[in-house]
Amino acid sequence: MKKLLLASTILAGLTGAAFADGHEVKMGVILGFTGPIESLTPDMAAAAELAMKETAGKVLDGKTVVAVRADSTCTDAAAATAAAERLITAEGVVGIMGADCSGVTTAIANNVGVPNGVTMVSPSATSPALTTIEDKGFFFRTAPSDARQGQVLADVLKDKGITKVAVTYTNNDYGKGLAEAFGAAFKANGGEIAISAAHEDGKADYSAEVGALSAAGAEHLAVFGYVDQGGKGIIQTSLDTGAFDKFILADGMIGESLIKAIGKDLEGTIGTLPGSESAGAAKFKEVATAGGLAKNDGPFMPESYDAAALMILAMQAAKSTDRAAIQSKMMDVANAPGEKILPGELAKALEILKSGGQVDYEGASNVTMTEVGEAAGSYKELVVKDGKFATVKVR
Amino acid sequence: MIDFLNALVLFANFVLIPGLAYGSQLALGALGITLLYGILRFGNFAHGDTMAFGTMTVVLITWYFQSIGISFGPLPTALLALPFGIAITAVFLVVWDKLVYKHYREVKAPPIRMVMASVGVMFAMNGIVRFIIGPNDQNFMDGERFILKARAFKNATGLNEGLAIKSSQLLTVVIAIVLVSALFWFLNKTRTGKSMRAFSDNEDLALLSGISPQRVVLVTWILVGALATVAGVLYGLDKSFKPFTYFQLLLPMFAAAIVGGVGHPVGAILGGFVVAFSEVMVTYAYKKFLTYLVPADYAPDGLMQLLSTDYKFAVSFIILVVVLLVRPTGLLRGKVI
Repeated sequence: MKKLLLASTILAGLTGAAFADGHEVKMGVILGFTGPIESLTPDMAAAAELAMKETAGKVLDGKTVVAVRADSTCTDAAAATAAAERLITAEGVVGIMGADCSGVTTAIANNVGVPNGVTMVSPSATSPALTTIEDKGFFFRTAPSDARQGQVLADVLKDKGITKVAVTYTNNDYGKGLAEAFGAAFKANGGEIAISAAHEDGKADYSAEVGALSAAGAEHLAVFGYVDQGGKGIIQTSLDTGAFDKFILADGMIGESLIKAIGKDLEGTIGTLPGSESAGAAKFKEVATAGGLAKNDGPFMPESYDAAALMILAMQAAKSTDRAAIQSKMMDVANAPGEKILPGELAKALEILKSGGQVDYEGASNVTMTEVGEAAGSYKELVVKDGKFATVKVR
Repeated sequence: MIDFLNALVLFANFVLIPGLAYGSQLALGALGITLLYGILRFGNFAHGDTMAFGTMTVVLITWYFQSIGISFGPLPTALLALPFGIAITAVFLVVWDKLVYKHYREVKAPPIRMVMASVGVMFAMNGIVRFIIGPNDQNFMDGERFILKARAFKNATGLNEGLAIKSSQLLTVVIAIVLVSALFWFLNKTRTGKSMRAFSDNEDLALLSGISPQRVVLVTWILVGALATVAGVLYGLDKSFKPFTYFQLLLPMFAAAIVGGVGHPVGAILGGFVVAFSEVMVTYAYKKFLTYLVPADYAPDGLMQLLSTDYKFAVSFIILVVVLLVRPTGLLRGKVI
């Protein structure tokens, strides 16, 4: 890791020196390099920088896009806003890949991004609230909204004939947003939410929470939490007390560590996870390995690559590094019509755009933007079978 | 009749058994606080972190035992590690006494200064524990997890509701009873115990009758170390070990000590159960319980929950405030803090 960091620093230094004559374009990469998801962000940033490396010296008239990293902290809105302010005013970035967590992303978009007219593409902010912020068209995301996941989960349950569930969610923007979205979709499908109660992460004892959940009289428990946190405690306690033995999990709860901790009692548990088994996802793994990344299939890495790639293509389509011009072309390159572009084909896409053609960027996460500028999102329906999460189908 | 049994089993499974185990853990913790208050005359804020330190040593020794293949059959290996953990924690506490509290005793500092010193010790211990074992959850329970499984109970009795008893819950209650009996025997029957009580009642008179204060202080810290380590290990076995939750236990433990009457060992035990059962009973949703008991027409629609489980900690606060306002000496007439 250290070597990698050192190498990338040197590389960044060299490219900086080589293209210091106006041939470099800066793009902000603002992610929570410290904070609760600090274990994920280095790989996400590396994936975004991979897209820049792939197009080095090929954008517009031989320009290279370089990353300027900044720390969103994931939780501290003031620090994230200050970091974004620095990127925009001092570094003069043309666009921002980020931010990561829903709370800070909202803060940056409202306070800095939109007022300055800078395009932002978040790879991982999934709160439904971001769909309706006043973004004047400058905020995009390659991650789907949890409103979509709530709908998908509700549909999965409908197909299985489950009509009454208890819901528990981690007490933050993610958990609350998902629980609300799921509740609305589930009721629209004719289901009944027996109880919807928050739980705090990081407690040793969840017997009171489980007691309240089970008292409502549902047979299934939907857990919208984190796999290494309260979510696991709730499931363990439910099984211990015999309160529930059938679970429904959202993306934050999908992880092999859960099966390892709970064991065979989890068999038959159903869940959803963003992602697809498209050609782009497989291609991204190849590109990431070839590009020398430490990992090739971490959470939100495909979305990060796509976020950076989209902005680079939009820049080419606009034939300008002007911030507003980039924004105006985002939807064009993301959606049909045009030639489909997968990871590793960015150079080809640039050529097509240069010659006046059109592209439809599919990328690693099968990008299709809705009219508000967020990924429509495909989800994998999973079931725990023989001690593993197995994909049933893609929705 | 079946409905009545179902209601009873439901109540036992979600309120009675968890409450008994949690109450025993709080009682042991509160005993340590009360003992220290009675004899050394200050409220020890570092008690939660003492528990964390003691549990941490036991966790580390348990891991070592597991790595060289020692186990305790169906019982958790941690019980074998417990005596070593108690010894290390007792030494740790005595060192802190020499470094910090001894000075304040010698200058006859007012109790509030001792309390503030213990806040400092608390933060230091906090850091030491996190430095050694880290801030994350550690699970060190092994052996047989259940005495009675919910599903097995349902199959055997044919009732709708299951009853689960974890081995850690039974262990907690049994060990708490043994330890508390031993403590009372020690305080009431042995020479050292009597001299400690004399010291607690009247320090000057005790000194005049030839009781060695150093010895009383030393034995007190050893007892506190033992109580804290046992309480922490039982809590960790039953739930899980995480330094921050041990720090948070300080509030219900203090509430328990004060409710019972601070400085009063029986009161600490009583207080532990009062606080534990209040927390569990106030936040439990009685919908299902009542549905079994009342005729179908009167079955409640709502959850019948007094307070959301988010407010569990508020319960200790409310008890603490009410007792301090209404009966500051506590249920059993302890000292006034």
